[in-house]
Amino acid sequence: MSPTVAGIVFIASLVVALAIVHRPLGDYMYRVYTGTRHLAVERVIYRVIGVRPDSGQRWTVYARSVLAFSAVSILFLYAFQRLQDKLFLSLGFGPVPDHIAWNTAVSFVTNTNWQAYSGESTMGHLVQMAGLAVQNFVSAAVGMAVAIALVRGFARKATDDLGNFWVDLVRGSIRILLPLAFVGALVLVAGGLIQNFADPHTVATLAGGNQTITGGPVASQEIIKEMGNNGGGFYNANSAHPFENATSWTNWVEIFAILMLPFSLPRTFGRMVGDKRQGYAIVAIMGVLALASVSVLTWLELSHNGTVPQAIGAAMEGKEARFGVANSGTFAAATTLTSTGAVNSFHDSYTALGGMITMFNMMLGEVAPGGVGSGLYGMLVLAVITVFVAGLMVGRTPEYLGKKIGSREIKLASLYFLTTPALVLIGTALAMASPEQRASMLNGGAHGLSEVLYAFTSASNNNGSAFAGLTVNTPWYDTALGLCMAFGRFLPMVFVLGLAGSLARQSPIPASAGTLPTHRPQFVGMVVGVTIILVGLTFLPALALGPLAEGIH
Amino acid sequence: MERLPGWIRQHLAAIRALLVLTVVLGIAYPLAVTGVAQALLNDQANGSPVRKDGAVVGSSLIGQSFTGKDGAPIRKYFQSRPSAAGNGYDPTASGASNLGPENVLDMLAVPGAKNAKGEPDTGKRSLLTEVCARSRAVGELEGVSGARPYCTDDGVGAVLKVFPAVGTPTRVVSANQACPATPFVAEYQGVKVECAKPGEDLAAGRTVPVQGTAPAVVPADAVTASGSGLDPHISVAYAELQAPRVAKERGIPLERVRRLIADNTTGRALGFMGEPAVNVLTLNLALDKG
Repeated sequence: MSPTVAGIVFIASLVVALAIVHRPLGDYMYRVYTGTRHLAVERVIYRVIGVRPDSGQRWTVYARSVLAFSAVSILFLYAFQRLQDKLFLSLGFGPVPDHIAWNTAVSFVTNTNWQAYSGESTMGHLVQMAGLAVQNFVSAAVGMAVAIALVRGFARKATDDLGNFWVDLVRGSIRILLPLAFVGALVLVAGGLIQNFADPHTVATLAGGNQTITGGPVASQEIIKEMGNNGGGFYNANSAHPFENATSWTNWVEIFAILMLPFSLPRTFGRMVGDKRQGYAIVAIMGVLALASVSVLTWLELSHNGTVPQAIGAAMEGKEARFGVANSGTFAAATTLTSTGAVNSFHDSYTALGGMITMFNMMLGEVAPGGVGSGLYGMLVLAVITVFVAGLMVGRTPEYLGKKIGSREIKLASLYFLTTPALVLIGTALAMASPEQRASMLNGGAHGLSEVLYAFTSASNNNGSAFAGLTVNTPWYDTALGLCMAFGRFLPMVFVLGLAGSLARQSPIPASAGTLPTHRPQFVGMVVGVTIILVGLTFLPALALGPLAEGIH
Repeated sequence: MERLPGWIRQHLAAIRALLVLTVVLGIAYPLAVTGVAQALLNDQANGSPVRKDGAVVGSSLIGQSFTGKDGAPIRKYFQSRPSAAGNGYDPTASGASNLGPENVLDMLAVPGAKNAKGEPDTGKRSLLTEVCARSRAVGELEGVSGARPYCTDDGVGAVLKVFPAVGTPTRVVSANQACPATPFVAEYQGVKVECAKPGEDLAAGRTVPVQGTAPAVVPADAVTASGSGLDPHISVAYAELQAPRVAKERGIPLERVRRLIADNTTGRALGFMGEPAVNVLTLNLALDKG
């Protein structure tokens, strides 16, 4: 089998596996979020938290709960890193410097997992597992909770009740993420990922030198890092590190884990709004965009254009021999189409246009399929914008799932989609305007701009992958990117919850002959078009100066 | 509790929620996974150690350098890929080079100049020159041609700087060949090609990489650093290239070396995942065991 054919079979096998899993998993999540019974352990947790699980929240209360939980998490994680030398299992590492601790705290709480540090030389085992990895669970659960609240906005009528954030948070963590992570972690250990609490220990090598072998609870963190679309590596080399991704089949498992929940949530959505076809339409939009992206990216990497890739004869710089070029490209597409940001190969060394696709995936707003929860709510906002555009064309008041899209709704949807481009472009412009920040670039010319543009795109979209040549562990970048991550996460969430609140208050209007059907291929095509045009027009000038200038001669 | 303002109650709830979830997800969960993994999958959970004469000499998943103290390859061992992790295969500093696809211009060392730390200026090689230099070195070690597209015979990137950037050339410099080297081409569009003077700013010129006609014999993985810098594998082609040298050095039949390569090769999982790859550490260990 040639590498190209094997790469195509690899992608096809993922598609088949996702198609098989999305129904039972989507149905299970539907039952989790709509069930009225509480598990015994959940009752205990609610009592400890001090909340009444059966009382619903208005959108403002729901949003304040999200923000309170995230603010407390940031402070806790910051303190944890600053005090790690006073706690157990610090491996002798000192307190994390303040600007890096701030950046990392925001990064993990916002589901970004941008890393301005090297795990193996900065973080002890306790901070990794009880600080960072906890956020891997709960930041994903927060994303799902907000998405479910928006879906309730569509599904419910004439109410202020969007559900209870604490219940959604606990159920998402305990009933969905925890059991899947437990099984997945053991699968990864079987593949060779480590799971211990050993200190780094030195061995004498065959060649007569020394090598320090590291330890750590890696597998338990790796699986939730992928499944929760977090992406923060235990090690600097992330999922390229053999202890994080040991074999070609653990690589498949990790890509599958990345895509599993985001591709299943549309099913949950379809069940909750009482029309599975609406869920299929959403998953079709995600699928079309994702398949196009992964195919183009893999093809670009296999055809290795550019001076150095041509000299090498394959785009192998920054890639592992066991994965090869095709499967590395597939991982890169999956990680940037979602909000994961884990890498099994280093995007900075990709071909110019291949690297651009990873950036473009994030610029789409990470909606195909997007982050856990954030992908679904991003796509639903795009659907709202699409029915609005369609409504303008035929001169009718737009509606989606029986809810009118009026002035308030479209303002919130527009604000949602203006937030990240503003953060990305203003942030990049500020960095490029300062000689000191430009000095952080590793590569010169157009590629240097790509490094900076990638950094702000990744942070503002809560992805976390990098063109890692850029030196970002400086106070300026730590602060600026930290702010981008925080605003890029929480402003859209507030807009989404505001939208959910105003949708839930409406009573549905019955579909008429003039209603745009939103479950047909025509609508799928329209949303795909709106997604690409909305993004293309916004970011094309910046891309033209960076990867396009580098890749097209 | 009920009498407190709403926003304070929410933050108190948030603190307690975070603490209880930290206990469940941050302590109970990883400990449970560790317990099961240590009981059932002890070898993997502890890093798949490999032993020689009873002593652990590394992990079968983590690559090693097979070079001497001077950095030169030890000829009786198969060589790993180049590594960007620390000084090579350092698990406390995993990572990639992060150099881009058009990183083709060296900063040439200026004789007599000092860097910021007061050490002699060593310049900075571009990724292209790294690739060319590695290709040349591997070619020499294995007794084959180390030539590659876009590389000069002396093992640097074949890149011209043409002035002015637009219009008819009036001056052409071979950007990566420091004087007094002989440029890899004598003329470009009728203009004599000069060698590069270290320290001269060539940024204003147009960058023209020259492909040349030489095909590459040395495989791609032999001239590139991996993503982790700890890649334990090389391609089958690179192992085959090294086999005659190792066989000769050890005085054993080539067939035997080839068989050991096959024994230490992992094919594609299920026939389609990843690429076939040879584990360098376990292969060298098998050779040492005889």
